Amino acid sequence: MDSNFDFNWEAAFQSIPYLLKGIPFTLMISFGGLAIGFVIGMIFGLMRLSRAGWLRWPAIAYIEIFRGTPVLVQVLFIFYGLPQLLGGPINAVVAGIAAIAVNSGAYISEIVRGGVQSIERGQREAGLSLGLSRTQTFRYIIWPQGFRRMIPSLGNQGIISIKDTSLFAVIGVGELVRQGQIYIATTFRALEVYLMVALLYLAITLTLSLLLRLLERKGLVGQ
Amino acid sequence: MSDRTVDSTATPIVKMEKLNKNFGSLHVLKDVDLSVTPGEVVVIIGASGSGKSTLIRCINGLEEFQSGSLEVDGRRLEPDGRASKALQQIRTEVGMVFQQFNLFPHLTVRDNVTLAPRKVRNASTAEARRTADRLLDRVGIANQAEKYPSQLSGGQQQRVALARALAMEPRLMLFDEPTSALDPEMIGEVLDAMRELAREGMTMVIVTHEMTFAREVADRVIYIHQGEIVEEGAPEQVFDDPQHERTQSFLSRVLTH
Repeated sequence: MDSNFDFNWEAAFQSIPYLLKGIPFTLMISFGGLAIGFVIGMIFGLMRLSRAGWLRWPAIAYIEIFRGTPVLVQVLFIFYGLPQLLGGPINAVVAGIAAIAVNSGAYISEIVRGGVQSIERGQREAGLSLGLSRTQTFRYIIWPQGFRRMIPSLGNQGIISIKDTSLFAVIGVGELVRQGQIYIATTFRALEVYLMVALLYLAITLTLSLLLRLLERKGLVGQ
Repeated sequence: MSDRTVDSTATPIVKMEKLNKNFGSLHVLKDVDLSVTPGEVVVIIGASGSGKSTLIRCINGLEEFQSGSLEVDGRRLEPDGRASKALQQIRTEVGMVFQQFNLFPHLTVRDNVTLAPRKVRNASTAEARRTADRLLDRVGIANQAEKYPSQLSGGQQQRVALARALAMEPRLMLFDEPTSALDPEMIGEVLDAMRELAREGMTMVIVTHEMTFAREVADRVIYIHQGEIVEEGAPEQVFDDPQHERTQSFLSRVLTH
């Protein structure tokens, strides 16, 4: 080999339009999954905090199972395993969204629990002593404060889940990595294309970081 | 106090009999009897860890008790925190001011005061706001209504906490060491607001270490030691002529500095 450094900028730029086709899938799977994961996280996070065992234990089991197994195994289970039970195939995008949902849901449950628990006991006592019901105390006093404290961790989880979708190339979803692989198969430009893939992930996650920083700054008024 | 009258024949607003409270194996309150008449100002004194805070926290159900009977504003509280329906009704009629203020940091001063009237009493926003502004004016912080609690001094925060409790038009006010977390120069302004309230005839149960204030404002002083009421009576009697040896030694310790 006359040179082992033959980075071809032209090849890199040429791959971009093709790679961009993967972005809608990456975004759809990550944000779709995260939205559902947030709802799951709220429900299971609060169940986890319950004094009633029949609410708390299922939440603990869910969290441990989905936090303790790889998201790749989860999506393979959903995409290849579940059809055996359901008797029909599952759309790869749906399987991806489901995997992000149950996986991020487990982590978000713990974020919700931590956020709620971080609010000083005196806040709850002040609400109750004013005659607010337990539900009202939670809704107007605990949750708004707890949620603000959850924002950094939720952002962190968002970034992790966005990157996790890269694993879903294995079930054939046309997301960013999958698009890259297909492009490399015909051009053999792995170095250039994977660099572009990495930069596109970085563009997405940096945008999210920036939005979160704005949100955090706004959210911190009066704290 | 001369311009206040306490009708001792009236139905008590707090009626506590043989109340016992345990934290695990720790016996925190022992057969406590306490009766508070409408219009009365009762001050509870005692060393830290004597159970005085626990005692007033039982009155609005922030602490559960294990045995005995407790009636507040004509409603019975059951041992071990049962009957939460009565509990919430009691809490709407009983206000509380905490040592650590416990203002809601995510709400403005005004929203701190209007929250409960709007959500519990279903007051309209305008109505709740009028009440809030009147009360904030009364405690001397009308011009801070748009600020957040963290932007106020400790003394101002505690006065907001007082206004917040008063906005529910309580029939009884509980004070749990309201000046203990304050810098010395801010204690006076909070005590002044409480004096004013006492003068207007509010029924108050106060846990405090401010002995001068206690002597001045109390109709009755209760000394509690290791979960038991050791001595109670008019302030002159308890402070100047304590009958019990424990009261004497407690007072000699707190009054000498």
